[in-house]
Amino acid sequence: MIKIRSLVKKYGDHIAVDNLTLDINENEVFGLLGSNGAGKTTIIHMLATLLKPSSGSATVNGYDIVCQPAKVRSSIGIVFQAPSSDDMLTGYENLQLHSMLYSIPRHTRKQRIDEVLKLVGLTERRHDQVKTYSGGMRRRLEIARGLLHKPKVMFLDEPTLGLDPASRETMWRYIQRLVREEKMTVILTTHYMEEADILCDRIGIIDKGRIVALDTPKGLKAGLGGDIIRIKTRYNPDKISQLDFVHKVEQSNGFLVLSVNNAKRDLPMLLRHVEAEIVEFASPTLNDVFIHLTGRKMKEEQPEGGFAEKYAKYD
Amino acid sequence: MQNTISMQDHLAKVYALWLREFKVFLRERSRLVASTFTPILWLFVIGSGLGSAAPSELPPGVDYQQFIFPGIVSMSIIFTSVFYGSYIIWDRKFDFLKSVMVAPVSRTTVFVGKTLGGMTNSLIQATILLAIGVAMGIPFTPLSLAQAAAVVLLMSFGLTSLGLALGSYMYSLEGFQMIVSFVVFPLFFLSGALFPLDNLPEWLSVLTAADPATYGVDALRNLMLGTGTYGVELDLAILVGYTAALGAFGVYSFGRMKAV
Repeated sequence: MIKIRSLVKKYGDHIAVDNLTLDINENEVFGLLGSNGAGKTTIIHMLATLLKPSSGSATVNGYDIVCQPAKVRSSIGIVFQAPSSDDMLTGYENLQLHSMLYSIPRHTRKQRIDEVLKLVGLTERRHDQVKTYSGGMRRRLEIARGLLHKPKVMFLDEPTLGLDPASRETMWRYIQRLVREEKMTVILTTHYMEEADILCDRIGIIDKGRIVALDTPKGLKAGLGGDIIRIKTRYNPDKISQLDFVHKVEQSNGFLVLSVNNAKRDLPMLLRHVEAEIVEFASPTLNDVFIHLTGRKMKEEQPEGGFAEKYAKYD
Repeated sequence: MQNTISMQDHLAKVYALWLREFKVFLRERSRLVASTFTPILWLFVIGSGLGSAAPSELPPGVDYQQFIFPGIVSMSIIFTSVFYGSYIIWDRKFDFLKSVMVAPVSRTTVFVGKTLGGMTNSLIQATILLAIGVAMGIPFTPLSLAQAAAVVLLMSFGLTSLGLALGSYMYSLEGFQMIVSFVVFPLFFLSGALFPLDNLPEWLSVLTAADPATYGVDALRNLMLGTGTYGVELDLAILVGYTAALGAFGVYSFGRMKAV
């Protein structure tokens, strides 16, 4: 559905997107995961014909982003990072305006607007001015607008940025619903690990304008090699490393950190051999994958979803 | 088939964009009140105040307040139209512009829709002022009212184009303040809105002759008071020329405007 070949965007000396080659399949939900300034939005803007690439090429729905911008635009819907509706108009009027800009025939216009309003749960508020909407509602209106012309490809640029946790989860439900009901390819950028994990079929981790990893969320996590158990014990580490299900033992802050295949299965075995004061275990999260790949923590990361919070504690 | 998009489709999109401008205008009534109040203040305070000091060069049978009336109508058009350019900066600031740019809509369509919005705005204000003019005893006929409205639209098209073109190069509203000082006030003061053009010093008459608004003021004065400097045909010819050039400048500027 999308083919990107050696795409480059430079701003003076700064390379925002560095020789990107990537294929995105039909009807998949693809996540571009990276910290702020990694180049995610620049990629989206180029694919949406708002920015011209410095070099390289890309096609969206078979149309070239530089030579056939009008065709690309008719094929895509986009939700920008910041809501872009006119807040003096009502939700309905905004959709009406855009349905005309997308040349939706007059006789199907009203029906389609009602459909998308229902899909994002804004039917009740459709005749209120957008300035009275909450952040989450505005974001949903943007999604409705993006869906109006039944695009083949939907871009969601940080769809939950700045939303509170409850609105974020609501938003996820709507995104999952639109993927189910509208059958389209979705490209989503985010710096929330949890969001990418829940929503995406495949994830490209992007750092400094390059894709540093590309796989399913499961595959990315499996790449780190199993689970981790942390124990506090006076027991000899060397003896523990001789246990056959323990791959590796490291010491950290008075804890022993053991790498194992499956913490839930291996932990009871371990406790048969070892007397421990404190035991914690966790599966790797995308956040761990990210740190492993880039050597940095995600900027502006959310408190929830990180490794530490995933520890189950047994005192 | 990008180039076979029908005229009808283009017009439907222009209509959609214009309708949005018009609805916003109707909902922001404070905008209308504020921008109508200033010209009225000029008309009555400056008109009566300076009128009592009576410049001697006025055409016979016309008092100063009547004399500046076409100028004040022009002033309202100059301010409203050029200021309209700041709304393209607002559109950019609130990302509305981005959402339009990513739709299959040409830049020219966006420009025309926006310009028609500005013209509508100016026409509504001018209509209020023309009603005041009728009450003031300006000798209108239905024909001269219609002709005056046509001049208002022509002027407003040119000046809205100018404002939007300048606005398309700017990213902050603070920057637009400069346009007020360097464009709006010179256009107004040099237009002969407040004084007769006949006995000006050489340097000033060169500047007034270069000001497109001069011909709008003169055309309106011809139509409303039957007195003027150039004659209404010449006024209209020059106004059409200026307007076409400013419209082209607007289309060009929107074409090269950055989308993000």
